[in-house]
Amino acid sequence: MGRRILFITTDQQRYDTLGVNGGQLSRTPVLDKLAAQGIRYERCQPTSVVCMPSRSSMLTGQFPSTHGAWMNGVPLAIDAPSVAENLHDAGYATALIGKAHFEPFMDPFGLYAENALANLGVPTIEQDWFDGRRGVHRGFDYLEFATHGVMGPLHYAKFMNEHHCDAISGFYQVVDRSLNVNAAGGGDTGAPQVKFNAVPREWYHTDWVADRTIRWLEEQKDDRDWFCWMSFPDPHHPWDPPKSEIGRVPWREVPLPANYPEDASEREALLDAKARHWREWYDGRVVSNYEAPAKWVPATMTSDQVREVNALNAVEVELIDEAIGRVLKSIEAKGWGDDVDVIFTSDHGELQGDFGLLFKGPYHVDALMRLPLIWRPALSTKPEPSVVHAPVSLVSLAATFLDVAGQPAPRWAEGTVLPTSDDEAKARSFDATFTEWDSSFFGIDVHVRTVMTEEYLYTEYQAGTMHDGSEGELYVLGDDPLQRVNRFDDPALASVRATLAERLEGHEHRPGERATPGVLMAPV
Amino acid sequence: MASLRHERRIAAAPDVVWDIVRRPESIPTWFPGIVSCTVDGDVRVITTATGMEIPEKIMTIDSTIRRFAYRVTAPLYEFHLGVIDVIEIGQFDSLCVYSTTAEPDTLALLIAGGTVGALDEIQRLAEAAQG
Repeated sequence: MGRRILFITTDQQRYDTLGVNGGQLSRTPVLDKLAAQGIRYERCQPTSVVCMPSRSSMLTGQFPSTHGAWMNGVPLAIDAPSVAENLHDAGYATALIGKAHFEPFMDPFGLYAENALANLGVPTIEQDWFDGRRGVHRGFDYLEFATHGVMGPLHYAKFMNEHHCDAISGFYQVVDRSLNVNAAGGGDTGAPQVKFNAVPREWYHTDWVADRTIRWLEEQKDDRDWFCWMSFPDPHHPWDPPKSEIGRVPWREVPLPANYPEDASEREALLDAKARHWREWYDGRVVSNYEAPAKWVPATMTSDQVREVNALNAVEVELIDEAIGRVLKSIEAKGWGDDVDVIFTSDHGELQGDFGLLFKGPYHVDALMRLPLIWRPALSTKPEPSVVHAPVSLVSLAATFLDVAGQPAPRWAEGTVLPTSDDEAKARSFDATFTEWDSSFFGIDVHVRTVMTEEYLYTEYQAGTMHDGSEGELYVLGDDPLQRVNRFDDPALASVRATLAERLEGHEHRPGERATPGVLMAPV
Repeated sequence: MASLRHERRIAAAPDVVWDIVRRPESIPTWFPGIVSCTVDGDVRVITTATGMEIPEKIMTIDSTIRRFAYRVTAPLYEFHLGVIDVIEIGQFDSLCVYSTTAEPDTLALLIAGGTVGALDEIQRLAEAAQG
C-alpha cells in the first residue's frame, strides 16, 4: 500500500481568506489545523489567473504555453499528459468530483466529455492517452461534475433538476440572455453577481461535492490506494451562498480591504501607475476578456458593495472549510486517517475590491496570484510542520502527487516536487515562479508574462492590441506588499529589471516540447 | 456584433470540397455535434447533440463561386450570418473558409468554435474522396 491522496481545490480563492494566512473574515479551523500539521506555503502562484489554463497545469504539470490550453474556452487536448493517468497506471483508484473545467463549459454541439457524462449515466469514458493508449477520461475512472450554480448538463444540475427543481430559481443566473457574464446586481447593495439564495444548505453545491466525495470514498476498498480530487466551485462568483448562512459574516461589519482606497482619486492614481488596461477596464472603456461582466463598470462599485461581496465570499469559504471537515471525518471513520496526504489550494485568486476592481483578468498582482496552499503529508510519515516562504507554483502539483505515490516524475512534467522547507527550497533553487496570460477576445489581444521571486514581482506586457511591448510593472514586495508603486521605469532598479527580464526570457525559451496551442472554442 | 473566421487548406480539388458542403441536408455528415436536420425549401432546422433545435434560413448556394451562406433565425440571435467559401488554390489544393458573424458576440464564438471541428471533418472527407 502507498499513500492515499485527497487533493482539494477551490475556485478563485485568495491567500488571505484563510485564518491561518491572517484572514479575519472567515473561520477556517479545519484548514488551519491541516496547515499546523503540515506545510503551509506563503508564496504559491498559479501558472494562469483563469480557470482552464490553471487547472490544466495542475493536471499536466505544465505551463499553459506547453499544454496549449492558453485561455478559458480553449480545451485541453484530450491526449494531453495527465497525472491521473500515471496514478491510474500505478494502481490508484482515481476520481474527480466537483469542478473540472479542462474543457469548455459552453458546448452547444455536445463536443466534450465533461458535458456529456451526466446524461450518459456512466462514470467515465475511454479517450486517447498521451502515450498512445486509450483509457479512462484523462486518467479518472470516476467523474462527477458541478459548476457555479445549476447550469448546463453537469451532474449537480441534474441532481437539482431531478430532486429540488423548486430551489433552482434561488441561484444567481451567472450569464445573461446574451450569454455574457451577468452584470445584474443583488443582495442589499446591488453588487454584481450577488443574490440571496433560498436554497437549503444541504442542496448547495459545496455540500453536494462533499457528499459525493464521501460516497465515493465509502465505496473504496481498504486494500487499494486512491487519488481523489475534490473540487469545490466556490468561492468563485456568483456570490449566492445559502441565505440561511449569510448571518455568519454581517457585511456592514466587514472592513474594507487594505488595497481598496475608499477615495476614488486615490484608487485612480494607483491604477494610472500601472499598465494602461487597468484604468481602461476600471472606467468601462475596454473589456479584454470574458472573465468579468461586459456591461459592468468597476468605477461604479461602491464601498458597501465591496463589503457585501467580501462578506458573502467569506461565508462560502466557511462552508467549504466545514465540508472539508466532514470529508476528513469520513476518512477517519474508514480508518485511513494516518495514511492520507491532503493537499489544498485554489486555481487563482479574486480581485475582491483591490484597486477598485472585482473578478479577474490580466492583472498579475497578489489578489489573483497569491494562493493558499497547504500540504498535510500522511500523518504516518510523521511530517515536520513548516512554513515555506520560497516561491512555489501549482505546476509542481503533478510531480508532488506522483512522489507521494512513490512514482517517478514523468518526462513531460515541467514542475518538480514541492519543497517541504525553506532549506530544501533553497537547495533545490525554488527562487522564482512564472505566470502567463494570453487572451484574444473579439479583436483585443493581451499577452502577459510575470516572474515572481521572494523580493520582486515583475510583469512584461508583450505587444498586442492594447500594449506596444514597452509596458510593464515591477513591485518590490518587501517595501510594497500591496503592489501599489510601479517601479518599472525606476532607474534605481534598472539592473533588477534586467535580471528579471532575463528570467522571463529564459522561461519563454525553456527547453521541452510544446503542444500546438489550442483553438478558442467558446467563451468559457 | 462579432465576426470570426476559421480556414483550412485542403489537399483536394475545390469541386470535391464544394460537393461536401453544398447540399443543405448534408450538414450532419460533416459538422460534429449536429446530429440531424430537416430541410424544407430554404428553411433548415438542425438538431445538436445536446438536443437543441435551431432553425436556419439558407441564403445562398452558389456553385459558380462555391459559396454557401445561411442565417440562424432562432430568437436568441439578434443577427447571424454563416458563410462557407471554397477557394481554388491549385488543381488539388483548396482553401475552405468558414466565417461566422453574429450578435450577441458570445454566440458568434460558440458557433465559430463548432466550425473548427466542421473544417476538420470537411478536410477528412474531401481528402478521402480525392484519394
